[in-house]
Amino acid sequence: MDGGGIVFAFYVLAAVTLISAAGVLVSRDLLHAVLFLILTFVGVAGLFVLLSADFIAMAQVIIYVGAIAVLILFAVLLTPRAGRNNGETKFALPGILLAVCLAAVFLFVIHDVAWTTNDEAPVLGADQLGEALLTTWVLPFEIASVLLTAALVGAIMLARTPQEEAEDALA
Amino acid sequence: MSIPVLALATDHWYDLRDLANISDAILDGADKVLPFGIVYVLAALIGFVASFLIFVLPSQLYLGVYGERKIIGRIQSRYGPNRVGPFGLLQPIADAVKLLTKEALTPKESDRAVMYVAPIIFVMPAVLIFAVIPFGPRMVFANVPVSLLYFMAISSLPVIATFMAGWSANNKYSLFGAMRIVAMAISYEVPLVMALLGAVVVTSGAPYAGDFLNGLALQDMVLWSREFHIWVVFVQPLALVIYFICVSAELNRTPTDIAEAESEIVAGYLTEYSGMKWGLFYGMDIGYALGASAFAATVFLGGWTFFGLEKWVPPWMIFIGKTHLFYFLFIWTRGTLPRLRSDQLMAFAWKFLLPLALFNIFLVATERMIWSSQDYAKGLIYVFAVVNIAVSIAAVYGWARFLGYRPENTPVRPRLVKNAGGYIPVGSEANR
Amino acid sequence: MSIGIEHFLTVGALVFCLGLGIALSKRNAIGVLMGVELMLNAVNLTLITFSRFATSERPIAGHTFVVFIITVAAAEAAVALALAVSVYRNRETVDVDQFNLLRS
Repeated sequence: MDGGGIVFAFYVLAAVTLISAAGVLVSRDLLHAVLFLILTFVGVAGLFVLLSADFIAMAQVIIYVGAIAVLILFAVLLTPRAGRNNGETKFALPGILLAVCLAAVFLFVIHDVAWTTNDEAPVLGADQLGEALLTTWVLPFEIASVLLTAALVGAIMLARTPQEEAEDALA
Repeated sequence: MSIPVLALATDHWYDLRDLANISDAILDGADKVLPFGIVYVLAALIGFVASFLIFVLPSQLYLGVYGERKIIGRIQSRYGPNRVGPFGLLQPIADAVKLLTKEALTPKESDRAVMYVAPIIFVMPAVLIFAVIPFGPRMVFANVPVSLLYFMAISSLPVIATFMAGWSANNKYSLFGAMRIVAMAISYEVPLVMALLGAVVVTSGAPYAGDFLNGLALQDMVLWSREFHIWVVFVQPLALVIYFICVSAELNRTPTDIAEAESEIVAGYLTEYSGMKWGLFYGMDIGYALGASAFAATVFLGGWTFFGLEKWVPPWMIFIGKTHLFYFLFIWTRGTLPRLRSDQLMAFAWKFLLPLALFNIFLVATERMIWSSQDYAKGLIYVFAVVNIAVSIAAVYGWARFLGYRPENTPVRPRLVKNAGGYIPVGSEANR
Repeated sequence: MSIGIEHFLTVGALVFCLGLGIALSKRNAIGVLMGVELMLNAVNLTLITFSRFATSERPIAGHTFVVFIITVAAAEAAVALALAVSVYRNRETVDVDQFNLLRS
């Protein structure tokens, strides 16, 4: 992948992704952390476009930004007295140390392996993805739909108020 | 996956039917003279000036600001703006000057950075939407194969910006507006996608010039309606209705603008905004409505085609006309319908629109199977159109009756509340 | 100067480790959830990178895997946020170090 435009776009998108991911870690305000998270999702979607995965990039923006991030905002709004502090627990130092060690291992592996790659981007469109999902991977696809249904029912059951449960018990 | 080459595109630069020829001619000529690819900068300038002159200026300023106020005024038996200039035509300019000279206040306890960034983030997607809209056979900026999904993705971004605006102001009513808009966006996104899925199922995979059309690309949807001489709206009337309601809810147009309902929560998320920061929100609301109209004109109303008329009239004129026609629908509902309550809107999305959208997908998938087994016969699509219009009307009426809608109970002439079983005053004879 | 597989993998690894650090260190349950979402996203990026650069007979498999991960992430976010709201109703807090009812 040569070309000045692609190199420039990659570095800009990588910087946006990494800086905003770091922003999620360091920002003290929970809402700011959510906004940084959204920026990270958008940056990763841009990297998907660079990797010529158009459909996945659009799905990333629709689902992560349009649904999951909005859901997180909603949860923050629904817990008003819980505090907007995005602070750390007392296990912060070991946790971050573990993450740093893991990052070191990952970077060592990535830069030590001699990757054999092809420069020709394979032509992967939405039609091929749909065909693969409905022929080769049709069983996982159905299981995923069952999982979504179960999650829907479970989320509704979990988030009910005690009054609603009492009403349903009477009915 | 490949996007078919179009027959309409000509080689003559003076052919006004497709402005892409002129811009190509200018850029090719300039490329031979100018060094260092300055021509790319020139291309951006030409595109900006041309789009401003033929689309933004007439649409946003004169249909969006002036026309909307004038038409709503006429609907509500008023005159509308008629003071500034002849027929009040200079009113948008006067409004802009007023907004520019107004002070943009920021509350002391607000989250300053977020409050400053929110209008900027709100503007970006409104401009980005138009990147994939085809204005003519070759007049599309980014002809990506997933442009329908691109539109869906981009149109989910302004929700974040409005949430930021509402939350950062540190105002109770702003937060209410933000909460409402987040709830609305989640609810109405589902039937919106389901409705568009129907249109995609109809168009994708149809044969065109030895290739197959890709239903996720907007240009291919336009080609579909040119190939089969029918607009998608006739095959998918229910999808257009659902799309219109959902998009007007997501854009906060008036019958569904509970996020800035000025009779309930001062101005919703815009309460603490003033000056040009407010002006950006106001102007870009029109921009989003135009984007949604352009998208609907492309997907449902056949884009730049008009049953062969596009060979004689510039296709971009047909397209802009259709966009404005759809935008007029927005204005019409805004001037006519009263605002709904928040919980009514939620129930409407989940109980009414979503089952209808699912039914629509079921219907269109069945027809699609029949159609492909009949080798994409051209006559069959008209049969489907007639069937779908009838079935859609029956489905809407039947589902509404199932949910408790009884038109025969609606009084046609005035009658006493007491006779209708309503209000009985305290201490009256009936209560003793 | 060209962009290869290492660049994308580096970004993916760094985002994954940032997500891990967030998930392990944050006190707010919603913050922990954000870390988990970041980790899932980094995995998606890595899978798409391999799908783009690897010499394989069926490169679409990477895309398919990403679709499943996005599905599971959406389900997981819905359930986790419902849990957070449910815990908040009973305890008026979503801090994970306050969930100590079982401690004697």
